[in-house]
Amino acid sequence: MIMESIIFPTVKGMAEEDYFSGSQEILHFFDLMSPPLLGVEGGGRGNAPLMSSSASVDCISQSGLGLKERNYLGLSDCSSVDSSGVSNVSEENKSNLNLKATELRLGLPGSRSPERDSDFILLSSDKLDEKQLFPLLPSKDGICSLMQKSIVSGNKRGFSDTMDGFSEKKCSVFAEGKWMFNATGSDSGTPQSVIEAKLAGNAGKNVILSNNSSGTQPTMKKEVPTRALQEGHNKMNGSNNNSSAPAAKAQVVGWPPIRSFRKNTLATTLKTNDEVDGKPVPGALFVKVSMDGAPYLRKVDLRTYSTYQELSSALEKMFMCFTIRQCGSQEAPGREMMGENKFKDLVHGSDYVLTFEDKDGDWMLVGDVPWEMFIESCKRLKIMKGSDAIGLAPRAMEKSKNQN
Amino acid sequence: MAYSFPEEVLEYVFAFLSSDKDRNAVSLVCKSWYEIERWCRRRVFIGNCYAVSPQIVIRRFPEVRAVKIKGKPHFADFNLVPERWGAYVYPWISAMARSYPWLEEIKLKRMVVTDESLELISKSFKNFKVLMLSSCEGFTTDGLSSIAANCRNLRELDLRESDVEDLSGHWLSHFPDNFTSLVSLNMSCLGSEVSFSALERLVSRCPNLKTLRLNRAVPVEKLASLLRRAPQLVEFGTGAYSTEIRTDIFSNLVGAFSGCKHLKSLSGFWDVVPAYLPAMYCVCSRITSLNLSYATVQSPDLVELISQCPNLKCLWVLDYIEDAGLKALSSYCKDLQELRVFPSDPYSAEPNVSLTEQGLVTVSAGCPKLQSVLYFCRQMSNAALVAIARNRPNLIRFRLCIIEPQAPDYLTLEPLDTGFGAIVEHCKELRRLSLSGLLTDRVFEYIGTHAKKLEMLSIAFAGDSDLGLHYVLSGCESLRKLEIRDCPFGDKALLANAAKLETMRSLWMSSCSVSYGACKLLGQKMPNLNVEVIDERGPPDSRPKTCPVEKLYVYRTVAGPRADKPDFVWTMDEDGALRLS
Repeated sequence: MIMESIIFPTVKGMAEEDYFSGSQEILHFFDLMSPPLLGVEGGGRGNAPLMSSSASVDCISQSGLGLKERNYLGLSDCSSVDSSGVSNVSEENKSNLNLKATELRLGLPGSRSPERDSDFILLSSDKLDEKQLFPLLPSKDGICSLMQKSIVSGNKRGFSDTMDGFSEKKCSVFAEGKWMFNATGSDSGTPQSVIEAKLAGNAGKNVILSNNSSGTQPTMKKEVPTRALQEGHNKMNGSNNNSSAPAAKAQVVGWPPIRSFRKNTLATTLKTNDEVDGKPVPGALFVKVSMDGAPYLRKVDLRTYSTYQELSSALEKMFMCFTIRQCGSQEAPGREMMGENKFKDLVHGSDYVLTFEDKDGDWMLVGDVPWEMFIESCKRLKIMKGSDAIGLAPRAMEKSKNQN
Repeated sequence: MAYSFPEEVLEYVFAFLSSDKDRNAVSLVCKSWYEIERWCRRRVFIGNCYAVSPQIVIRRFPEVRAVKIKGKPHFADFNLVPERWGAYVYPWISAMARSYPWLEEIKLKRMVVTDESLELISKSFKNFKVLMLSSCEGFTTDGLSSIAANCRNLRELDLRESDVEDLSGHWLSHFPDNFTSLVSLNMSCLGSEVSFSALERLVSRCPNLKTLRLNRAVPVEKLASLLRRAPQLVEFGTGAYSTEIRTDIFSNLVGAFSGCKHLKSLSGFWDVVPAYLPAMYCVCSRITSLNLSYATVQSPDLVELISQCPNLKCLWVLDYIEDAGLKALSSYCKDLQELRVFPSDPYSAEPNVSLTEQGLVTVSAGCPKLQSVLYFCRQMSNAALVAIARNRPNLIRFRLCIIEPQAPDYLTLEPLDTGFGAIVEHCKELRRLSLSGLLTDRVFEYIGTHAKKLEMLSIAFAGDSDLGLHYVLSGCESLRKLEIRDCPFGDKALLANAAKLETMRSLWMSSCSVSYGACKLLGQKMPNLNVEVIDERGPPDSRPKTCPVEKLYVYRTVAGPRADKPDFVWTMDEDGALRLS
């Protein structure tokens, strides 16, 4: 199960159409950009950062033309380090700029653009010349070392120009150059804002947002882009109480990069400390929670809750995704429609019943005894389908009426 | 000269070579040096257990006494490698049991170790001395019982961060009464309570015990007794602290600590109540290493402790220390070399502590010997990174984790390219780098240009295109390990730099844009690489060739394709055919 796309749509999650729409906005954007790009030829050193990046840009575009993988950076054609070689490429590009616009982006297989598709078909059917694919193989040593040199020297110039002093001005030029280059990767919905930023002359919010590879509209609204992503978290948390936050919040798998040992240890430690009132406290009380039809179980720490209500809310968050699937077409819920009430109806209504296994191994309905007594005796939890809990279900209906 | 040194002389000289690099160089001089060297090599390090087979190792080095083997890729620590992926140590143990009867040391990292393996170790090697299982899994405390019972000359048993199925604490009682050779015991990862009297007796009868890392189940009231029996301890890890402070326990602890004149390293501190920390003040002046990363103690108490440790070289701590605490650290601990700050609550949306980039900047300014950093925080700026880079050009390891993926510079909202660029430009000896935050291809351009000594690079949610990957693969000359997740890197850069992959130990790419077709091509063209596609959706053949693979693990090998692959791993083979395990 890959969960990383839940809150943070990864770059590859961006619709391919957005990259390769070839829409008028993008082409227009490139018309605006062309003078600096072409400023490469005989361009002054002042343009150095732009030169190095746009040289690469030009050369990349060329690779889309034919199946010349050795022109990955187009530098075997312009393998001489001097700028004349580079400018030849850009001259060639001048006339083809509009067509090249859609070929400037790399690394997205299966795109809509026909040229790119053919690239891949040919790749996989091995019709490409091997040497072209692997420019760094020994036979190409001469070329590859030149390639490396030209990249390195170009970059060094570019970088040190911007590194010196870190003046405000240079930073913004820098940022602009960057966005100019990278804007090729932005979705077609936002080139307007990129252009605005360029014209405004200073890298500002808009530029960043258009380039933000999580890319989506919410980031535009906020001062702090990360807030938008956090909003997603808050929605998920909803009515959840703080102490069970780790369980309730949907997380990117393996992020932040913390070892399980540390995560588990800390989770237990924190819960213990939260309850300290100068009394000795036993450790966490993790019990398994299963749900009929769910592909995997979860664990909850009963000590993080103090009422049945809290437990119920937390379980709701955990298992919401499964209930949606189970609802299926009948009630046609979207995630948004699946409010607390609906879930509760499911849990306490006819569809699902929350039960637990006590120390004697008997399956009991949750909610009969005081909370403290419950956590003393609960060994595991189970969200049963109403149909499986026939003996319990009628009481569940009464219980829910009483509780609600 | 027609004369050559007698072999014995050469062997004697080679014995002074401890580094593998030197020994490898020596073995390339000529055939006779190769032969002499291989017979006298005693330590072997295998960075990737699938890069070579046990048979090849044994054939070349017949007289080995110590092996160190690493298994799963690093991202396995963060659950990115599925269960049953591999890295089983049993084939190694069984081969070595036959061929290395005098083996003394086995150190494993991220490998699957079974009780059978442990039992085999305990019975096959008569002079077995050192067992270190770091981040390993697959064994139970029964396996530890075998080790305890049968390894008469055991010196070190170190289970750091392993995932052990803890059946009971009884294993410790299997050390025989006449067993006295223990020098180091690290059981901090275990959950069960061991028999305390057995532990006490063990500690008492092992006069050379230098390292004792207890597990959580050892309560604070028992610590004093152990310390008194082992005043020669150099490294000590406490158990958990009860939440009640009692004066008698406290004074007992003070007395016990004051008897430990050689303590240099402290760890443990689970559930520690601040009131217990002063018990350690008497040893603080000698302390060089402090692991408080499980201590949920607030900044003032942390500062109180740290301010007594002027010789501190290594500090692991939670972000409770906050910027204020780090400022104090930078003024008290001028010898600091390594700092790791872990997040106390990484999953909450809002910061729960006042720890920002400023703390790290302050430490970088105040601690001239700082060379190794691991820092989790919620905000970062290019300006801060530039300051850190300028303050500390002697950094060797720099791992920054900004908790929110793709978080930009919080002041300017720009990507953090410039900041990380400054790091690689100024820190010329940088060997390890982990990136985070909003990053474009530009940062990779800087890395490729400047990070010439970089050996390990970790990338997540960064970059715009293949160009980024290309910069790294073509520019970083010393690169050995590259691990990437959730970046828009695809086929072009990978294929264009295929030859580079043979100069590296391994490449990991997950949730990127590498197509199955490219993987197949890579596997066909590069016979010295194992190109493994990990895909839990089913055979990659069942999807179009342009479809990106879930995970890709590429590593150089002389052992050919793995024979122990699970059903979700496919090796892209030379003949182009899909070969299942």
